[in-house]
Amino acid sequence: MFAGRSDLPFERDQSTRFLPWIVALMVFLGALMFAGALVVSSTISSWDSTLTGRMTVQVPHAAADDAAIDKLVAMLRETSGVARAAPVPDDIVRDLLAPWLGEGAIDAGLPVPALIDVELAPGARVNAALLAARLSDAIPGTAVDDHRAWLSALIDLGRAVEFLAYAILALIASAAVIAVVFTTRSGLAVHATIIELLHQMGAQDRYIAGQFQLQAMMLAARGGVAGAAAAAGVLFAIGWLARGIDSAFLPEISLSPFEWIALLIVPGTAIVIAMLTARLTVLRALARMP
Amino acid sequence: MLRFENVGMRYGIGPEVLRDVSFSLAPGSFHFLTGASGAGKTTLLKLMYLALRPTRGLIHLLGRDISMTPRHELPALRRQVGVVFQDFRLIDHLSAVENVAMPLRVSGVLHAEVDAHVRELLSWVGLGDRLDARPSTLSGGQQQRVAIARAVINRPRLLLADEPTGNVDDRIALRLMHLFEELNKTGTTVVIATHSNALLEEFGHPVLQLDDGELDVRRTPSRSRS
Repeated sequence: MFAGRSDLPFERDQSTRFLPWIVALMVFLGALMFAGALVVSSTISSWDSTLTGRMTVQVPHAAADDAAIDKLVAMLRETSGVARAAPVPDDIVRDLLAPWLGEGAIDAGLPVPALIDVELAPGARVNAALLAARLSDAIPGTAVDDHRAWLSALIDLGRAVEFLAYAILALIASAAVIAVVFTTRSGLAVHATIIELLHQMGAQDRYIAGQFQLQAMMLAARGGVAGAAAAAGVLFAIGWLARGIDSAFLPEISLSPFEWIALLIVPGTAIVIAMLTARLTVLRALARMP
Repeated sequence: MLRFENVGMRYGIGPEVLRDVSFSLAPGSFHFLTGASGAGKTTLLKLMYLALRPTRGLIHLLGRDISMTPRHELPALRRQVGVVFQDFRLIDHLSAVENVAMPLRVSGVLHAEVDAHVRELLSWVGLGDRLDARPSTLSGGQQQRVAIARAVINRPRLLLADEPTGNVDDRIALRLMHLFEELNKTGTTVVIATHSNALLEEFGHPVLQLDDGELDVRRTPSRSRS
């Protein structure tokens, strides 16, 4: 008997037919936004961890003889918080500059500064200005770049993009809530006679709300799976296309296995939002009955 | 069992459809409720099965003052009241068995118990061979009996029926009335709303007469029944 059938004939309710489509679209957009936020977040972390613990000392070409470099390296190694200091070999400096200046420019005797790569101990903080002043006293013109100037601007931009992505996600969730509220209200109107009957039979509000909640869950699950599958397809495609691009400017556009699993939060949240919204909408409406 | 004290009822800012209605139903009694169309019968029935709250006056049902009863406790009281609607209100996508089982399901009775009770009751009302039929495939009389079975499956202490004989022929009407009397003999308090003077005279139970929103309780002498 009943075999899991609802007291309410939801299958005849026209308004519920659109809910899976709406949820699918929301989950699709939400998953893309969430993936975007994850990529931005992991890129910021990677920049932060790669560059925060490093400094680059620049020695002017005119003063960059071996004795000056050795002196600076020795000073750096004695500096508290410095884990490692080593001159950057000329060929690496040449490789770094070649994309910007061209091979010919360097070979033509362009005065290229010498570089010393400094790695800080984990968690160590070194005041770049003070260090630069000390080194400059020893070898005039020596400068220290802790990458903070451009890194902090880049991180700020990244955080703003991340915040924007989450704000859009919140808007998508709000739109989903509104869609479920209207669908549920429509369902309440369509099934008013049966709801009245159940109410008269002594059904608790939660019994009736449970039926709407179950229906919303099934519809949202249908839409959620479809939307998540479509988003996964698009993300795979973007990842595949990005693999062919070899550029230092672009962050790595791919998700880790953990991030792929984390993406399941989007359809899961959509289902929970649909269930809770339907339940609360029905409970609020029923509370007006005697 | 049920007591109304100076009950008044109006919808919104409209005129009072019931005025100073006072009466009392003893446990196990059988009453007819009658009156012209628009006299307030349906409103009175709705107040009896707690679908409405009165705008004034007191209603006591099964020893509880309804105005003082918290909303979440009303469902338990409603389960003690069976209602047979004039338009049956059977749910078309459910079978006869499923329709009758609804009050038990709503009450949280276990599946196995539901099945046994429902089949037994439907057989008792003569529908043992139409258990899985959808309401739309049943005749008016059969639908009526499914509606009655649904109203009594929970063994209610008060049974209300709104024009239960209005849509059936005299033979079936008589049979239904005998069914209500059988239920009454088991201790169920019964109130039947009807327009039929013949029915009032035939069965001779006390009558709650509604006239333009005011209630009068009278006894109708019964004709001798064969």
